[in-house]
Amino acid sequence: MSRIVEIFNSLKVKNRKGFIAYITAGDPTLEFTENLIQELSCIGVDILEIGVPFSDPLADGPVIQEAVERALEHNTSISHIFEIIKRVRKTNKIPLVLFTYLNPVFQYGIENFAKDASDAGIDGVLILDLPPEESLEIYPVIMRNNLDMIFIVSPTTENSRLDEIVRLSTGFIYYVSHTGVTGEQSNIDSEIKKNVNFIKSKTEKPVAIGFGVSNPEQVKQVSGYGDAVVVGSAIVRRIKEYRNDPLGPKKVANFVNDLLKPLR
Amino acid sequence: MKHTIFPDSKGYFGQYGGRFVPELLMSALRELEQTYLSLKDDSSFCAEISRLNATYIGRPTPLYCASRLSEYIGGGKIYLKREDLCHTGAHKINNAIGQILLALRMKKKRIVAETGAGQHGVATATVAAKFGVECHIYMGTEDIRRQSLNVFRMQLLGTKVIGVESGSKTLKDAINEALRDWVTNVKTTHYILGSVCGPHPFPMIVRDFQSVIGRETRQQVLDCEGRLPDLLVACVGGGSNSIGLFYPFLNDTEVKMIGVEAGGFGIHTGKHAARFAGGKIGVFQGAKTFVLQNPQGQIQETHSVSAGLDYSAIGPEHSFLHETDRCKYVSVTDDEALQAFLLLSELEGIIPALESAHAVAYLLKNPPPKGTVTVVNLSGRGDKDVLEVQRLLNEKKGKNV
Ligand SMILES: Cc1ncc(COP(=O)(O)O)c(C=O)c1O
Repeated sequence: MSRIVEIFNSLKVKNRKGFIAYITAGDPTLEFTENLIQELSCIGVDILEIGVPFSDPLADGPVIQEAVERALEHNTSISHIFEIIKRVRKTNKIPLVLFTYLNPVFQYGIENFAKDASDAGIDGVLILDLPPEESLEIYPVIMRNNLDMIFIVSPTTENSRLDEIVRLSTGFIYYVSHTGVTGEQSNIDSEIKKNVNFIKSKTEKPVAIGFGVSNPEQVKQVSGYGDAVVVGSAIVRRIKEYRNDPLGPKKVANFVNDLLKPLR
Repeated sequence: MKHTIFPDSKGYFGQYGGRFVPELLMSALRELEQTYLSLKDDSSFCAEISRLNATYIGRPTPLYCASRLSEYIGGGKIYLKREDLCHTGAHKINNAIGQILLALRMKKKRIVAETGAGQHGVATATVAAKFGVECHIYMGTEDIRRQSLNVFRMQLLGTKVIGVESGSKTLKDAINEALRDWVTNVKTTHYILGSVCGPHPFPMIVRDFQSVIGRETRQQVLDCEGRLPDLLVACVGGGSNSIGLFYPFLNDTEVKMIGVEAGGFGIHTGKHAARFAGGKIGVFQGAKTFVLQNPQGQIQETHSVSAGLDYSAIGPEHSFLHETDRCKYVSVTDDEALQAFLLLSELEGIIPALESAHAVAYLLKNPPPKGTVTVVNLSGRGDKDVLEVQRLLNEKKGKNV
């Protein structure tokens, strides 16, 4: 059983909802990221999504675009990310999902990528610009290396495609809660509940809800609809704020701790 | 092999193309594909396009025998396909008209588009004005600077031009921003992509709408010469004017085709947009194709004197035609293009777009043999470029002093 499946099982037993945090690797430095992974894991974040910086992040809003620019200023690459994950894994079992665009993976080589990710201790992969229709080649390689492959369902996903996405997705299903790029939203879409219920009527697999969640009230609200909540831009904004602070990772974790509270 | 069977039902030209987009866009792309496939052979839809081609764009555009240019180059006969005489001054409107009709059928109330040289932006703003649809155009701030006349034209047409500050501040960054807008407003908005790049079905739709160039050329050459041409030459940014000219000739094996990419300061300097010379296969902005990128897969910034060719990826069908060797791809530098710009102006009284000047420059370096017939796609007129050329010439003068 994968670490991701395991954590969702244990959350279920405890009757709790999961908290998933997104951070961009190498923002502002790899060392910061490494420390932040440890801090976030200490305060009880359930799953971490580690973003691979890509020069043209067309599904991301301004906050994550800037994070990616900071990470690419010192050429953060997939190999660097695997190195820090290897170190983290010596002491830490937090489930890790690599969140990436396809081209960096494609250039690394699909076979090598899947093998090295698995060796480093990555648990799952989410490729933002890879819909299931295009994943025929990659999917078996990811599976063979015992990684989970997470696909996205969005408010615009047609019912005719939903069954296939739900079937292929392993670990969990990522429900994107609003039409748009990543970024914080003041209002959470009221359709979420209906759409997530519809997904849940099709599958036992856990559903995580993300895109736009930015404060404890929203965490509480959204977690009621699914099995886990994802927060990204709101955390990345704090990383920017504390990027030059020697206690930066701790301060970011303090912020995340407040987001976590409604789930405890 | 018949080249005209592509793309396949998944949007592939051989191994190139596809639909590599965030989940949020999948339904919009499928809707666009279904709408287009249901209309493309519909007689009333085709009649509407033909009528607008004739009465609004001014088609057919002339095929002009450039006798002084031919004589100067000293070889075969050179014809210019005068897409510069299209309404708005470039071939881009052929596609914009077609796509706005699709948008109206899909009941989309708003249009977004990217633009590099500003020609696609002007064409889109024009059809949006004609049909009374709200329009937002994304344009890199570097392109806003060097194509300022087109920015003002779009504004006159009632369009909002939004500057893009990210990355190299050119075409690829404008496409990213247009895609972000589309993702956000996908229910109400159609994205009129301006070239044969991006996810399926765009490369197919844009090619089909631009193929009017080649269909007319074929008939016109047959009328004047009684035979098919020996060579077709066109510049390649995303690749729409070139595929528009080439496509109706792809099965005529005796017709050779050359696509001219932007060589910028020269391939060896790394500052260029020659995807085949400097790039490798990757996945970018929705398609698998040749892309200029570093070994880690980060997209490289490009350079060209012409904003319309200054783009890191090439349309997937060109990657396929390159692989099968049906078409050849070469590059010319900024300086060579600039010389061709000046020469065509003086010899023929035609000021070409800097993009189109790249195609002419190829012939200056490679004179076609006597007795041959060549068609160059003059994809656009140079009015938009005169200020930038003036600046560049002054800069050169300054250096020579
Ligand atoms: C006049 C002209 N020619 C050529 C191009 C290049 O685009 P494509 O390769 O799609 O024809 C442009 C793009 O802006 C243009 O304005």
